[in-house]
Amino acid sequence: MANLLADPDSGLTPAQLAARHGLRVAGERPSISRYSGQLWRYRHFISAYAHAKLTASFSNARLGQLWQVLTPLTNAAVYYLIFGLVLEQTRGMDNFIAYLTTGLFIFNFTQVSVQQGTQAISGNLGLIRALHFPRACLPLAITATQFQQLLGALVVLLAIVVATGEPITLTWLLLVPAVLLQTIFNAGLTMMVARLGAKATDLKQVMPFVLRAWMYGSGVLYSVNLFAENLPGWATAVVQYNPMLVYIELARSSLLEDPHLLNDSMPLTWLVALGWAAVAGLGGYLYFWRGEQEYGRG
Amino acid sequence: MVDMEMSNDVTVTLPRIQERIPTVVVDDAHVVYRVHKGAAGNNSPVAALKRMVTRTAAPNVRVVHAVRGVTFTAYRGEAIGLIGTNGSGKSTLLRAIAGLLPVERGAVYTQGQPSLLGVNAALLNDLPGERNVTLGCLAMGMSPDEVRRKLPEIIEFSGINQRGDFASLPMRTYSSGMSARLRFSIAAAKQHDVLLIDEALATGDKAFRKRSERRVRELRESAGTVFLVSHQLSSVRDTCERTIWLESGEIRMDGPTPEVLAAYEAFTNGK
Repeated sequence: MANLLADPDSGLTPAQLAARHGLRVAGERPSISRYSGQLWRYRHFISAYAHAKLTASFSNARLGQLWQVLTPLTNAAVYYLIFGLVLEQTRGMDNFIAYLTTGLFIFNFTQVSVQQGTQAISGNLGLIRALHFPRACLPLAITATQFQQLLGALVVLLAIVVATGEPITLTWLLLVPAVLLQTIFNAGLTMMVARLGAKATDLKQVMPFVLRAWMYGSGVLYSVNLFAENLPGWATAVVQYNPMLVYIELARSSLLEDPHLLNDSMPLTWLVALGWAAVAGLGGYLYFWRGEQEYGRG
Repeated sequence: MVDMEMSNDVTVTLPRIQERIPTVVVDDAHVVYRVHKGAAGNNSPVAALKRMVTRTAAPNVRVVHAVRGVTFTAYRGEAIGLIGTNGSGKSTLLRAIAGLLPVERGAVYTQGQPSLLGVNAALLNDLPGERNVTLGCLAMGMSPDEVRRKLPEIIEFSGINQRGDFASLPMRTYSSGMSARLRFSIAAAKQHDVLLIDEALATGDKAFRKRSERRVRELRESAGTVFLVSHQLSSVRDTCERTIWLESGEIRMDGPTPEVLAAYEAFTNGK
């Protein structure tokens, strides 16, 4: 069958005929620059899709969008009850509530992005098989949705920080670049797990454990000094470069008077944060793009 | 098995076309699905670990060879019907042409970006119809301005507002006919080089069917090639002059619609 002439008049094979009339292979992966251009043209789709997902996720709840604020608040209350009151992790800390909620909200941003990212492709097969668009729109829309959620959480966070007696200072402004770097990091990571999750469907089952281990390693729920006290030197060094710990410490140092940091050099911490954003952002994007033509199979 | 000469005769008889420009060339295309069957077979954790270590394929992955070596060429100005019994690979072939499913072997070449418009195109059911129109149009690559301009037109065409203001209600409240009509209207709002229609014309009432058939004719005249998958032989007869009959993933016949339909009817009645 392969050698049948596509067009007996011209005597060309199908491939030659296609080449002569400038036809392209269907679903071919575009070059990275063309792909980026396409993605840019689809920016309105990304934001509309992110917004639609956000609206849809609350559409069945009576309180609607209020949950955007209520969820982080409840979350913080539960963890404070256990780690603040029952386990008394507050030792030596002036403002444990603010310390805890900062870490929790910042970590939650990455956690939920990654969790949903594993499903970005596998959960949208209907859309992928029906319409044509750069698939990176999906993980990016997830990051955008979670960014919107984070903004809601940050309002709560700032209220908590002020209510627990922290002064409002100019260093608060440093929260903006810190969160932006984290967003780039998240976008890359989300694209990475999106491709992994498209093939390895078991990832969805494994991810909660990975994320929980990561949370314990990021000093969210207790003082980071415990790492320095209880871990051997090399392990503490590893934890110091943990991207989540880095982003959380940047947020804490910008909001709190007494942030209890593990990293003592702030310029170095910023550099590490920048490095992680660049590596994950660029690496995740390239990795996702290389799988572009495979999404939607199976 | 494949009557290539016959298929060429069809397009020659069309007077409008001077030179035949191919828009879709399918060259020995194979499409394979891999399906995870979940808990079937020996699925104990120990067995799974052993498979991981020895790197053997899981026994619960079934390979479905849906399209087996299909070859044909479609030209500008043609409307081609795809028929076949359930599971013959029609919809899969359309997805492969649209570039939405990768081919395992062979190749599919297309002019521009073919658009598949099917009744199962996923929209967000929790959102109102208008929002879905906006999303769908943006996903087809329209600019926000264009979307705003076309929105009333699309809602009007779909006719979902005939029984009150349904466009602002979530899509989960729609009847299946209404949501299928809306999906068709969204996809038909754009000019396509190659338009692939999956069963969409069968949905909706008579008035909508008339409207959509007229729209398909318009698209065909302005755009190029239309593929139509349908179990309703009457809509294939009305819209297509060439028909490809797929059976078990292979082309059984390819030629002028009346001949292929006659053979197909004899085949299905004989069973």
